[in-house]
Amino acid sequence: MTSQVSSPSDQADEADEAGDRRGIPGQHGVEKEVRRLDRVIIRFAGDSGDGMQLTGDRFTSETASFGNDLSTLPNFPAEIRAPAGTLPGVSSFQLHFADHDILTPGDAPNVLVAMNPAALKANIADVPLGGEIIVNTDEFAKRAMAKVGYATSPLEDGSLDGYRLHPVPLTTLTIEALKDFGLSRKEAERSKNMFALGLLSWMYHRPTEGTENFLRTKFAKKPQIAEANVAAFRAGWNFGETTEDFAVSYEVSPAVTAFPAGTYRNISGNLALSYGLVAASQQAGLPLYLGSYPITPASDILHELSKHKNFGVRTFQAEDEIAGIGAALGAAFGGALAVTTTSGPGVALKSETIGLAVSLELPLLVVDIQRGGPSTGLPTKTEQADLLQAMYGRNGEAPVPIVAPRTPADCFDAALEAARIALTYRTPVFLLSDGYLANGSEPWRIPDTSELPDLTVAFATGPNHTLADGTEVFWPYKRDPRILARPWAVPGTPGLEHRIGGIEKQDGTGNISYDPANHELMVRTRQAKIDGIAVPELEVDDPGATARTLVLGWGSTYGPITAAVRRLRAAGESIAQAHLRHLNPFPGNLGEVLGRYDRVVVPEMNLGQLATLIRARYLVDARSHTQVNGMPFKAEQLAAALKESIDD
Amino acid sequence: MTEVSEMTERAAGTTGPTEGAGPAEGAGPTEATGPAAEAAGAAERAEGATAERAEATAEKAEGARAAGGAVKVRESLTLVPKAQGAQSMKDFKSDQEVRWCPGCGDYAILAAVQGFMPELGLAKENIVFVSGIGCSSRFPYYMNTYGMHSIHGRAPAIATGLASSRPDLSVWVVTGDGDALSIGGNHLIHALRRNVNLKILLFNNRIYGLTKGQYSPTSELGKVTKSTPMGSLDAPFNPVSLAIGAEATFVARTVDSDRKHLTEVLRAAADHPGTALVEIYQNCNIFNDGAFEVLKDKQQAQEAVIRLEHGRPIRFGADGAKGVVRDPATGDLRVVQVTAANEADVLVHDARGESPTTAFALSRLADPDTLHHTPIGVFRSVDRPVYDTLMADQLDAAVERGGKGDLAALLTGGDTWTVIG
Repeated sequence: MTSQVSSPSDQADEADEAGDRRGIPGQHGVEKEVRRLDRVIIRFAGDSGDGMQLTGDRFTSETASFGNDLSTLPNFPAEIRAPAGTLPGVSSFQLHFADHDILTPGDAPNVLVAMNPAALKANIADVPLGGEIIVNTDEFAKRAMAKVGYATSPLEDGSLDGYRLHPVPLTTLTIEALKDFGLSRKEAERSKNMFALGLLSWMYHRPTEGTENFLRTKFAKKPQIAEANVAAFRAGWNFGETTEDFAVSYEVSPAVTAFPAGTYRNISGNLALSYGLVAASQQAGLPLYLGSYPITPASDILHELSKHKNFGVRTFQAEDEIAGIGAALGAAFGGALAVTTTSGPGVALKSETIGLAVSLELPLLVVDIQRGGPSTGLPTKTEQADLLQAMYGRNGEAPVPIVAPRTPADCFDAALEAARIALTYRTPVFLLSDGYLANGSEPWRIPDTSELPDLTVAFATGPNHTLADGTEVFWPYKRDPRILARPWAVPGTPGLEHRIGGIEKQDGTGNISYDPANHELMVRTRQAKIDGIAVPELEVDDPGATARTLVLGWGSTYGPITAAVRRLRAAGESIAQAHLRHLNPFPGNLGEVLGRYDRVVVPEMNLGQLATLIRARYLVDARSHTQVNGMPFKAEQLAAALKESIDD
Repeated sequence: MTEVSEMTERAAGTTGPTEGAGPAEGAGPTEATGPAAEAAGAAERAEGATAERAEATAEKAEGARAAGGAVKVRESLTLVPKAQGAQSMKDFKSDQEVRWCPGCGDYAILAAVQGFMPELGLAKENIVFVSGIGCSSRFPYYMNTYGMHSIHGRAPAIATGLASSRPDLSVWVVTGDGDALSIGGNHLIHALRRNVNLKILLFNNRIYGLTKGQYSPTSELGKVTKSTPMGSLDAPFNPVSLAIGAEATFVARTVDSDRKHLTEVLRAAADHPGTALVEIYQNCNIFNDGAFEVLKDKQQAQEAVIRLEHGRPIRFGADGAKGVVRDPATGDLRVVQVTAANEADVLVHDARGESPTTAFALSRLADPDTLHHTPIGVFRSVDRPVYDTLMADQLDAAVERGGKGDLAALLTGGDTWTVIG
């Protein structure tokens, strides 16, 4: 959640296990202790084929419906089925949930579920000593361990001393639980992730109805498989309740006070962004047209929008990235709310068409779900390294507004804002999300549709200029003097026939013009239009106004930065925080805000792209703090880095 | 600047934007088929068509069903509103000065298109010309319709977006051999296989004109140009063969200087539901002058040109002395001297044949160097569902199945919880 609630418990990972302890009798008379926690971080890890993302999604849904605040971090390889049992093939899903407002998927898991030796090896370094580790012992055969470099079994050689290890033969138990279902061993084994989910659901008192309904719906055409999965899920639950190894279960109360009143759901960034686009189309009264080419991690938006044809949404899967944006631009000429979705490599291919859209001055949303680069880079990992590409990556002077969401749920509002700018100013707009926001999820207060902004557009309907002889004519490049937008005259409107193109146009008439003075005027006018876009003032969070250091971020670093700032403040430090949604143009007060502080620190998941812009634009000695490991910042490390700047 | 404003004034005098159906009158179709209307209700999409047109569409669809196909075919341009009054060629001339080189074949094509447009009788505000980059791609500036001069090679992609979102528009693509077959080759073949309702006019002069004379993807092998002083090394594309291979439903070839033939082909293309590719041999008198002279010179043309007419035997030469027959040994086509003995073997042209095999064989008849035995006319014209119609049908079907989209319900989804303040 994005609201600013200072919570002391966010200070440290190990501050969790305070609270009341009580015993309840288990089914078989075993006294099982229940501990109350304020937050937990769980990581499910297994082979790419083990269904860890599904397991994580289900646990997230249970947790969301229970009313905890939460934040998730799926992390998976680019290969669909990487070689089984190898380190590169490990897929994981981390979930942080709490009884209060939280901001990140958490730095270090309290609980690691490792479905095989590779999953253990790839993730153990992140688990602090004292953490709980649940391993599927069935997969710890000599060969499987040797494959990832375990000479001896980590379950027996003492290397896991200091952790609370729960060795569970998950595969055997699952097969045993499903022996009456008439499934082959291989089929039965596939439900082991549901067994693990059942066990974890018991450990954390999660509601189970949603998962059972989900399984029955998902496998509606294979009722036998559905019931087998439900049985494995229940067997996992019962295993926790009856086995002495699991002596303690945990309660994390709903985050009642963290949420403003309202109806909530859990939502990922790509889903929120898709909904934002549909909402923008409805609010604008224009049909939505998506021209796109599949690319990770943006494809989910194409998938989602293709489901909503009953909203008049047209999705066009093009032959390439260029055709994707080309078709969108064609639809924009025809009066649609046009969108293209892609990731960094796709933006590179679309650059020429974005330049044309700048020249044509037509509304167009370019959604870039950033991933690790350059080139193909890290398709499934996150990065913020397309900022300068979005800002400058075109030939000629081709300014494009840039909007960046800060959290998964915020992708909804950011999409509406990008649409507002595109439609109002008749310009392409970049919406810069990233892999972390796209796949991560958090609770979202579902807005009442009456709260959504009015995006209605007036198309040109008649002549807008009178010639010296009194003739009334239509000039496609005669601008609204207030905001410098040109009229949007769509084909089918009688009397407004006109031609537009990528060659420089004469001011007003839009006719081809190679006149030097006219080019100078047009270049400066296009720039002035973008510079003049109305964007909200930058808000600064500086309680007590005592801080001398400002941390300035943009995009998905909002969660980690805010968590780091809370830690510092809880430790008595003074630090101010501001976060940019608008990267072009910048908020009008940004220069003034920067001038208020002795030090400005800019954390980014790139090598300092916003810092470069800030330094160039405001002549501020901004300090870059950067990370490009494909993962979001960890709050703890970020807090340490910010502390250095404060103390400097 | 002065020059341009003068031209604008001149235009104002001739085209009279305030004449005819003023925007205030709304011209029913515009309002009903406008994008805003569409968002309001996909089901009402086709409402802009007059009752007549809707009936025609229904009849046609019923006819298609009766013919045994589940295939639904709409007549081309049935959803495009008709013009209110009579039109003339003048109505389609824009106020812009035409800036091709004097003697360029493009002038003849422009005149033919402007002259042909009134025949379609479509509301000119519902006609759009989209082009790429190159000499021919300046075309839209000279048409007094809506138009877009886009980027090199991308016109088919842009036009696909426009046509597939606006079934009430008649969308034309103007492109050249470099634009369509080199930088834009990918978009061309995909537009053809999708069968979007586009009419693609490919001006083929077998040279790059705007960049001053490099060889193009249709230049003959060994072509000596500025970029190939020792002759080009790459085999040329045959645009008709390429289009047929790309699953095109309509492929034709014509020549810039033969206005009558050009107009006939345009008429057939306009009538075709789906993507129509028209290759127009066009003379570049600066960089590749006389490239098609053999097809234009009356004497030589007798030997060189084969005029294809659907349902007619394929004969040419003086008094139709020559004909095209199928070689029984190879199945390929060849040219023979027609005699009483073989007259019955002369191939009867069937542009509507389901298999593209014969059309492809016809496209291979011409000698790429001498252009002898060059067929012109419609090679292939078959019905296949049109992409934009199918797309619109899916929207309608989605509304029928799930009702019109309800935003509040969408946002709420399935699993929710409520926090009471």
